[in-house]
Amino acid sequence: MIKTVLDLLWRQEKERPEQTALADENSEVTYRAYASDVRKIGSYLLAHVTHGEIRKPVAVLIDRNLRSIETFLGIACSGNFYVPVDPALPEMRVQTILNELQPLAVLDATDGGHKCKVPALSVREILEGTEGDMSAAGSKTETAESGREQNLETILSGMIDTDPLYAIFTSGSTGVPKGVLIAHRSVLDLVHSFEDAFNFPDGNVFGNQAPFDFDVSVKDIYNALYCGGTVQVIPKRMFVMPKTLIPYLAERKVNTIIWAVSAVRIVADFKVLTDVEPETSLQLKDVMFSGEVMPVKALNYWMDNLPDVRYVNLYGPTEITCNCTYYVVDRRFDAGSALPIGKVLPNMRICLMDEQQHRIRETGRIGEICVEGTGLALGYYNNPEKTAESFVRDPETTGYQNLVYRTGDLGYYDETGALMFANRSDSQIKHMGHRIELGEVEAALNAIDFITIACCIYDTEREKIVCIYQSEAGDKKQIVAELGKWLPKYMWPNKYLKYEQIPMNAHGKIDRALLKQEILQKK
Amino acid sequence: MDEIMEILEEARPDVDFTKETRLIDDEILDSFDIISIVGELNDAFDIEINVNDLLPENFNSAEAIFELVEKLRQEA
Repeated sequence: MIKTVLDLLWRQEKERPEQTALADENSEVTYRAYASDVRKIGSYLLAHVTHGEIRKPVAVLIDRNLRSIETFLGIACSGNFYVPVDPALPEMRVQTILNELQPLAVLDATDGGHKCKVPALSVREILEGTEGDMSAAGSKTETAESGREQNLETILSGMIDTDPLYAIFTSGSTGVPKGVLIAHRSVLDLVHSFEDAFNFPDGNVFGNQAPFDFDVSVKDIYNALYCGGTVQVIPKRMFVMPKTLIPYLAERKVNTIIWAVSAVRIVADFKVLTDVEPETSLQLKDVMFSGEVMPVKALNYWMDNLPDVRYVNLYGPTEITCNCTYYVVDRRFDAGSALPIGKVLPNMRICLMDEQQHRIRETGRIGEICVEGTGLALGYYNNPEKTAESFVRDPETTGYQNLVYRTGDLGYYDETGALMFANRSDSQIKHMGHRIELGEVEAALNAIDFITIACCIYDTEREKIVCIYQSEAGDKKQIVAELGKWLPKYMWPNKYLKYEQIPMNAHGKIDRALLKQEILQKK
Repeated sequence: MDEIMEILEEARPDVDFTKETRLIDDEILDSFDIISIVGELNDAFDIEINVNDLLPENFNSAEAIFELVEKLRQEA
């Protein structure tokens, strides 16, 4: 029986050992080598780190390499769950995440060259057999090896599909990031529903853009594993200087890209498809995107240049395992019109709820999008309060406990019955492909000594986070220097306005409505 | 040059553009910086920086960006 994502790996190892499973710019592995590396990492962890502990977090310093993916499954193989951490994050943030987690270990899956000072075990050395006492022992007798394998076997056979597989941290409105914890069964459910909805052929090649601490990448890793395909990890620099991007997709025979909207837009914004050499033979069949609203203009650019590709708009928050609705683009939209988020994925259910927690069924009325199904996260790790706020009992199901996740996204049904995204019910924004709680940015600003008071407003049209502040001393440069100690770069405001006196409303709170009006109307 | 410096500093107040010469090679600028900087440069100088201009050697330093903008202005 398939209980965990590891069972998918063992199956591919048996069925197509020589097929390329993972590749990055400089290396590639077959399913045979992939499975062997995963067991090696699992055995090492079991013998030297976890000592049989299960369902505990192990953090991973990630890179754009295949070793990161092997490390994830290696941790799963030890019976624990992985937590990807970008080593480029500010030190204080990494520390806070690690303090929240109390991981059994931190593994370094990078190729080196990062500045993160957290003590970590090198995965490269684990795989080469030179980490710690593995080499010192020097006596890797066959009995010792098979003993380890046996232990691993005990761990694996004891696992069930509700065991956690990974936790991904997202911005938290009170200033502390939250770890969304996802079980094996939710990821298995995701690949089954994608198979039903999109039917990727055996051996399909997925071109991975999304960083591994971003759950968009979960779809690449596990859809490829499920259909016996390949994950091609695309170097980050190709999204900075995108001239080589399309030739790379062609050379690596990429069939499917499941990217953040922001990455799909880069191609359109710089007209990357226009100047492609005619001999470039792209084998692209699917372009799927999610994370924020796709501008129709950018989509039309792609459709004009690659008319035979299937374009799919995907929607869903990390808390329901990537996506809950999809829309296969079946016609051309006018620039300025909105793309539906479409219909629900197989084995998921969504409903719209009004403020009194009643279902909305009629066309056009706006309500909060709520999701139910196997995809629901196990909750926020070590955070029962936040979990209870968002994962609630469905008020319409009274006879048993049926949880729904309240996304905080507002939507409505159009005349055709397709679900449309309207906006947010709170101050969460999507900015440059990232999900950001403005409350977290404000908390960081207001923690700065020399700032009297500050708030943030999102200028959707110009795609800028505007910071309004009142301070005794300090300028923009100093504010950024302080923010940089805590917030990742994508959360920094893009514009700073110093006020002598920030306007307050009758309740003694910042008059956001007034500020918003002033700022958004300014040219 | 002053205008270019202003655009660069607006996009990334934390970077010393008078000193850095490996803005792309050392991954100091990311894709979103490039998008916003290119957008601002296009508007300010009425040029169109296209994908063929997006090479590390054109963006590694403020000086290189200045030269690219000058070249495109002359061509326009």
